[in-house]
Amino acid sequence: MTAGDAAIRIRDVSHEFGEPGDAQFVLALSHTSLDIERGELLCLIGPSGCGKSTLLNMIGGLLTPTTGNVEVHGKPVRAPLPRDIAFVFQENALFPWCTIIENVKLGMVFQGVPKSEQEPRARKALEAVGLKDFMGHYPAQLSGGMRQRAALARALSLETGTLLMDEPFGALDEQTRMILGEDLSVLLSRSEKTIVFVTHSLGEAVFLADRVAVFSARPGRIKEIIEIDEPHPRSPSFVTTEKFSRLRNTLYGLLHDEIRKAVEQSATAVPQP
Amino acid sequence: MSAKQDRRDKIASRAVQVGFLVALMGFWYFATAYWGVNRLLLPNPLNVWQELKDVLGSGEYLPDLKVTLTEVAVAFAISCSTGVTLGYLISRSQFLIKVFEPLLAGFYSVPIILFLPLYVLFFGLGEGSKIALGTTISFFPIVLNTIAGFGYVDRIFITAARSMGASDVQMFRYVLLPAAFPVILTGLRIGFTVTLLSILGSETLASLAGLGHKIVHLAEAMETARMFAYIAFVVVIAAFLNSVVSSVERRANRR
Repeated sequence: MTAGDAAIRIRDVSHEFGEPGDAQFVLALSHTSLDIERGELLCLIGPSGCGKSTLLNMIGGLLTPTTGNVEVHGKPVRAPLPRDIAFVFQENALFPWCTIIENVKLGMVFQGVPKSEQEPRARKALEAVGLKDFMGHYPAQLSGGMRQRAALARALSLETGTLLMDEPFGALDEQTRMILGEDLSVLLSRSEKTIVFVTHSLGEAVFLADRVAVFSARPGRIKEIIEIDEPHPRSPSFVTTEKFSRLRNTLYGLLHDEIRKAVEQSATAVPQP
Repeated sequence: MSAKQDRRDKIASRAVQVGFLVALMGFWYFATAYWGVNRLLLPNPLNVWQELKDVLGSGEYLPDLKVTLTEVAVAFAISCSTGVTLGYLISRSQFLIKVFEPLLAGFYSVPIILFLPLYVLFFGLGEGSKIALGTTISFFPIVLNTIAGFGYVDRIFITAARSMGASDVQMFRYVLLPAAFPVILTGLRIGFTVTLLSILGSETLASLAGLGHKIVHLAEAMETARMFAYIAFVVVIAAFLNSVVSSVERRANRR
């Protein structure tokens, strides 16, 4: 990999919330550098509060780094780049007052897609995630898993080169997560998208990622990057292989101490009287 | 099965409601016709019905109805436009919300009807004082609900729209407005109800014309049967207007 291949280039990025010395001050992410290749799926995994979502939001232009800079396709990121980057959020970010297809089309309205292209692109995206028969439903009428499929369709319809996913299956039950993970792997193997995927789940990270960046406890830094050299789309049986277990165990070993540190941090972070 | 049960429950409760009203009318009729209740204090329902037909047939109610409806319409229009505009402007800043929301909520709990004598001094006995009172009373629920509607839109909707490139105008049109609309509409419904109530009420206290004025006038002339006819007329109009407003609200909230 040469430096020129990087779709996303992160250089010496830090992020602080509040002012130093303040009781509320948090150094969420400390001097992190990372190159993300075109077309790869990179998972960010780490204990709560390690700054992985912060990093994702900085890549997407929703947060400005305190130090350092982020470039996407050579362009410095200072604000959201809706033509290059689409988001899938953890929470249900579909607009409840719009039907599923209206939600998908509204994304394209915001992005500035010509009106005549909106309908066919929305249909195509919804078919790809298996929601063809639910286009006229409102989000409240769908299950959590189906809502996240719809959110994914909205992001896919924007046809961006980069997809940022912030624990998209975090609020779902284990079985729904598994199925969505498998479908996502199939769906994304056909696309050339660069994907950054934040997760808490070791299994999800190993199953989906080309590389997994493991974060340390706060102040967050990238502790190690693990390669998952298994071709996409990954079959469901990959989960039962010895290779999967070995990689998962490696991740577990890297994460365990950090998670304990993070828990102790939050236990001692009792507000001073 | 349960849908059937629901239907049966609904029919049963409707039947009891209608039965209750019929029994009340029957009680009223017998009390005045046979049980010697003074008809000057409580007229016979048949007399009231006769009077009501006369009032409606003669068109005598028209000038007073026009006065009252004009007052309600003007007061509601003023409080809607100022309440929604100010509420939106305040909701644009967390600081302004922090400053004005408790202040306005405090004013809302003041019994504004007490300002009626002052308004009569300022604007006279005519329509001006009624409009001022109706406007002041309905302004607070409208402005407070507008602040609540626009000020507490879920951040995730705003973030999502921003990430997809929504302009300020698009953000307002497609995110803020639909998110806030049901809450604002509730404010408008409450505002309308209190406008109607306060204007009818203030007409009975100090006025030159209007349906409230007419009712007091008839009471003072001891024409209680006709007074009851007017009350029934006002009840029907108020129920009609409130049901129109509620059905607009329900339709907007259907999703």
